[in-house]
Amino acid sequence: MVKILLNGEEKEVAASNLTALIEEIGLDGRKIAVEKNLEIVPRSTYLATQIANGDRLEIVHFVGGG
Amino acid sequence: MDDQSLLNETWTVAGRTFSSRLIVGTGKYKDYAQNAAAARASGAEIVTVAVRRVNLTDPNRPMLMDYVKQDEFTYLPNTAGCFTGEDAVRTLRLAREAGGWNLVKLEVLSDPKTLYPDMEETLRSLKLLVKDGFDVMVYCSDDPVYARKLEEAGAAAIMPLAAPIGSGLGIQNPVTLRIIIENAKVPVLVDAGVGTASEAAEAMELGCDAVLMNTAIAEAKDPIRMARAMKHAVIAGREAYLAGRMPRKLYADPSSPLAGLI
Repeated sequence: MVKILLNGEEKEVAASNLTALIEEIGLDGRKIAVEKNLEIVPRSTYLATQIANGDRLEIVHFVGGG
Repeated sequence: MDDQSLLNETWTVAGRTFSSRLIVGTGKYKDYAQNAAAARASGAEIVTVAVRRVNLTDPNRPMLMDYVKQDEFTYLPNTAGCFTGEDAVRTLRLAREAGGWNLVKLEVLSDPKTLYPDMEETLRSLKLLVKDGFDVMVYCSDDPVYARKLEEAGAAAIMPLAAPIGSGLGIQNPVTLRIIIENAKVPVLVDAGVGTASEAAEAMELGCDAVLMNTAIAEAKDPIRMARAMKHAVIAGREAYLAGRMPRKLYADPSSPLAGLI
């Protein structure tokens, strides 16, 4: 298990890469964008993106707004 | 103007051409289904959207994209909630990754009571975004000097308020809007302040390229009907602008001929 900060919340996750993490938390990867330690992670590199202790991740999507 | 020339009446922002001169927001609706129905009724081709953290406790909650679909509408991601240029760049980089689209709406607000834009920070943010390859439509005050500075800094469109966001007060500043419109070489949109259809027409009659609104539709008693009203109002206002209004006169001028009276 690795300890990460996900959307501002401390989480322990089993996933070791981003594709696995998105699956673990039940999100559809096509509708989101991910930032890891303040860097955008391009969708094509999710599988190759390792998740390690202390990583700060933001996962966002579009919501209603003006 | 016949129906065909009306159909050909388009406007272009950052190289993208649109027929509808109405952009609608996607906030404040009862639910996403109503939101989608209103957006369709408005005839809008562009909708504004916000970028927020996904809900981790309930990942299966309905998402905007399931209803207001990207194959039907062009998403215009905003920077609502950002107070600095760095926040705005960070938010819109995420939006670009999520949507694959670099046409964005910049809004950097300051005072929560008036939601007036912080123009100094807005200008600084615009420069950061332009450097990062974004096409930026900028929510701004109705200050013609700042409007010019935004254009010089590479804004794709200038979007002054007509009244505070969500106020529905109508066009409070026709003189400054007119000055901004006359001097701008990029599209000018009234963004914020319109409350009902006649005010949308008024904005278009001033010569705006388009109008952006959210609350006027979302908080109408019947949002879908109001969306339709706004669609017609924007078309009517544009047509009236192109037609050119008659001069105002102090005294009456009979419409029926005086000659040939019995």
